[in-house]
Amino acid sequence: MLHKLYDWIDERLDITPIWRDIADHEVPEHVNPAHHFSAFVYCFGGLTFFVTVIQVLSGMFLTMYYVPDIVNAWESVKYLQTQVAHGQIVRGMHHWGASVVIVMIFLHTLRVFFQGAYKKPRELNWIVGVLLFFVMLGLGFTGYLLPWDNKAFFATQVGLEIAESVPYIGGDLKTLLAGDPEIVGAKTLARFFAIHVFFLPAALFALMGAHFIMIRRQGISGPL
Amino acid sequence: MTDKKNQVSRRQFLNYTLTGVGGFMGAAMIAPMVGFAVDPLLKGEKETDFVYVMDVDEITNEPQRKTFSTDQVDGWYESQAEHTAWIFRTEEDEILALSPVCTHLGCVVDWNSNEEYPDQFYCPCHDGRYNKLGENLPNTPPTEPLHAYEYRIEDGKLLLGKAKSRKGA
Repeated sequence: MLHKLYDWIDERLDITPIWRDIADHEVPEHVNPAHHFSAFVYCFGGLTFFVTVIQVLSGMFLTMYYVPDIVNAWESVKYLQTQVAHGQIVRGMHHWGASVVIVMIFLHTLRVFFQGAYKKPRELNWIVGVLLFFVMLGLGFTGYLLPWDNKAFFATQVGLEIAESVPYIGGDLKTLLAGDPEIVGAKTLARFFAIHVFFLPAALFALMGAHFIMIRRQGISGPL
Repeated sequence: MTDKKNQVSRRQFLNYTLTGVGGFMGAAMIAPMVGFAVDPLLKGEKETDFVYVMDVDEITNEPQRKTFSTDQVDGWYESQAEHTAWIFRTEEDEILALSPVCTHLGCVVDWNSNEEYPDQFYCPCHDGRYNKLGENLPNTPPTEPLHAYEYRIEDGKLLLGKAKSRKGA
């Protein structure tokens, strides 16, 4: 049945070469843990991607109940966590995944750094990777505020003061982030929500696309 | 690949195993999220409170418009929901409390509001009409009678619950 459907589409659109390009490629021996167990270090990039997928999916579902409003945000989080079916699991995935993804991205960075895999001709991919790391930190920072509890509020307060400590532009930077020169409140929450679910994910997807295209074009760096 | 029939090749075995394990992990990931999304379907209907609307001896043969409010818990938001009922005594001396929501597409009907159709419930949206008992008149858009509120009488007071369909009743 599925096979027939695939053949029907393939006959018209010739999709086999497309997904072959994406999915079908050799895994060199030196990155295959079946040959050298130490090659598990090559898994961290893929694990980062895997956890990112979980973050995107669980985040999409969380927005079904969450509202970015200072009166209702905390109540909506409490409701989705305690009253909605599997709410604790779905929020838990997003909460813990946020930490795990930072750990994975960090381990991936360490591997690339200590193997010297960032060297010519892969310098551009290293730069994109560093940008991805910053985007991920931004997602962590903006997402932290959204439950609008005390920890979220004061953590953001601290984060904004760090931004303010930047020479010359610090004050403007803080106002731009918080949406107000003094208050951390309604405008801040709405802004952080928009950044967290629209702007940074858009940047994340674009950078991930570039990251993957580059690694496929250049191939994995050779054995040490 | 091999001479023996029904033998699974190494490639097939790995394919099946990977698909199986991958499918299982994907399902474990997606299942809670799907449950999370369809939660409104899993929540049962709430019990309705009966609310005081008017005294029984004030009920006349002419429909009277009465409003009342009930406590409404909407997820994390609690509020008072406003309801309207047209309340009167029928010729058979039964109390009828009709919902004003047109059974065609949910506009609000009014009693005796259109001069062309006296003593009828009239819906301005698509000219839906009902007789005094709330029964939809033939050749007008509504497909069933106006819903009627469940009611209770306690100490001469009329209490209303939920408006229920009277189709087939």
